[in-house]
Amino acid sequence: MEMEKKKALDDLRKRFSGKIKETFLKFGDEIVIIERDSLLDVVKFLMKEPYSFTMLLDLTCVDHIGQENRFQMVYHLFSLSNNHRLRIKLSLPEKDPVVDSLTSFFKNANWLEREVYDMFGIQFNRHPDLRRLFMYEGFEGYPLRKDYPLRKRQPRIRLRK
Amino acid sequence: MSTKIQKEARRESMLLNMGPSHPAMHGTIRVMVELDSERILNSEVEVGYLHRGFEKTCEHRTYFNLLPYTDRLNYVSPLINNLGYVMTIEKMLGIDVPERAQYIRVIMSELSRISDHLTCLAAMAMECGAFTVFLYKIKAREFIWDVIERTTGARMTTSYIRIGGVRAELHPDWRDDLKKAIVETRKVLKDVHGLLDKNKIFLNRTRDIAVVSAQTAINYGWTGPCLRSTGVYYDVRKAHPYLVYDKIDFEVPLGERGDNFDRYMVRMKEMEQSLRIIEQAMEMIPEPSSPLQLMAEGMKPAEAIKASRAQKVEERIMLSPNLEGSEKERYKDISTAEKKYTVPPKEDTYTNIEGLINHFKFFMEKHGIRPPKGEVYFSVEGGNGELGFYIVSDGTDRPYRLHLRAPCFHLVSAMEEMIQGHYLADIIPTFGSLNMIGGELDR
Repeated sequence: MEMEKKKALDDLRKRFSGKIKETFLKFGDEIVIIERDSLLDVVKFLMKEPYSFTMLLDLTCVDHIGQENRFQMVYHLFSLSNNHRLRIKLSLPEKDPVVDSLTSFFKNANWLEREVYDMFGIQFNRHPDLRRLFMYEGFEGYPLRKDYPLRKRQPRIRLRK
Repeated sequence: MSTKIQKEARRESMLLNMGPSHPAMHGTIRVMVELDSERILNSEVEVGYLHRGFEKTCEHRTYFNLLPYTDRLNYVSPLINNLGYVMTIEKMLGIDVPERAQYIRVIMSELSRISDHLTCLAAMAMECGAFTVFLYKIKAREFIWDVIERTTGARMTTSYIRIGGVRAELHPDWRDDLKKAIVETRKVLKDVHGLLDKNKIFLNRTRDIAVVSAQTAINYGWTGPCLRSTGVYYDVRKAHPYLVYDKIDFEVPLGERGDNFDRYMVRMKEMEQSLRIIEQAMEMIPEPSSPLQLMAEGMKPAEAIKASRAQKVEERIMLSPNLEGSEKERYKDISTAEKKYTVPPKEDTYTNIEGLINHFKFFMEKHGIRPPKGEVYFSVEGGNGELGFYIVSDGTDRPYRLHLRAPCFHLVSAMEEMIQGHYLADIIPTFGSLNMIGGELDR
């Protein structure tokens, strides 16, 4: 099991040498930082045997306001057969917060990406139905961005017909 | 403004709206269905009616202050939410928890799991018309909540599990209460098995309805009893053991078909395993270092403060009743030895300067608990599945970003696919078997 875990990271580094910025451990979690355009390839590679990261545990975003690459996407993949968790991160610039959608690989990515779009305003390429998930149509701004005030008021919207 | 299903529906089919407030939907969720007579052609699930901005709020609260918000996520098993959050912070801080506190945590989280499953199945059975089952299960839940209430002081919003340990010692006659709860729950489980397992009405509404294959379940990120009902062996308590679960002997019940009935059955069997865990933990829990009795005698706090100005106070101090169980003598059983990360004993705060300084250092802004910079993910097995917290710390006393991996988010996202092709009435047991909890799903 431990061998398999180590192998996944080594193979990943070998296969995508130019696309992987960094791999490291923090608080015991394995983290891989990749280039934005290589997300689909990396995930596709990791989903295959023997790594078999077949489950998308979680998908979210962090807003590092003030930095050039403001948004950081965070993906948690999980391999049931190897009992292995892996965190993949990539950065998106503030001016162009677009990333490929994982909906073609994982069905729960649909809602997870809608949530991230709703809360951070990140666009996902080739998402089948990108609209707000928790908030309503007509909500202004993206509430989990750091420049959205905690107690901001929203304009009144018309009743739905 | 029209939704997707309104735009795409065929002209000859009927559109029907269930929820967000519907007698058979025990949660605020809206399901729009496109019907061909009673058959569901398409559906659209709309969530977010209980969105309270949990994550945003947490970014503005200190690590200690945001604990009560976690109670309100999955409000039928608040202790597991507390545990998930607290253990994530402990992973960042790298602190050890006394063994007795770990056992208390195990007992409390298993009690919560039982109450979670009881509530889910009670609601599911009631919506199928089995009102007796509902009453029986709620009765069993009352016995469990009695134990929780007497120890934590609250039935639902407990905030009991704290960073570094637990808030208070178990109440003096916890063993008797717990034994009674176990006996009563066993009785109820037996009765419910008898009422539902071979009940034709229940079987017709659950057997082979909303079947989910193991592959689909994994692809949807399912965890917990719903994933196990499809036959996949994954339980966070076994895969990534935390607390003392690796010392305890228990099984992980699996289903075969992944239909509504299997989801019911896995939950029923899991409750039996939880009872087993509690029984073992009751035996294995280390003895407390001071006897578990009420400590009501002593000097009044105001007098103690006055007396401490002249000389060191040696007498025992009578604490307010809501601090019962967190007297100074108990701290080494229930809380970590690292003083920085816990509220100092009230006796010290009242009577000596170090205690007072510790108290202020703990609660003052920009002091308190400050985990090192970095990010962490940690998960526990919640009632619905893997309950994970992803926390980014920037070294201050507030989380820079806190994200909850809500297990039922992933479950409910599969609803549309599950009910497709079934009858309208099948929505109700299907939705019941998923155990959607608004507080956790919408955050």
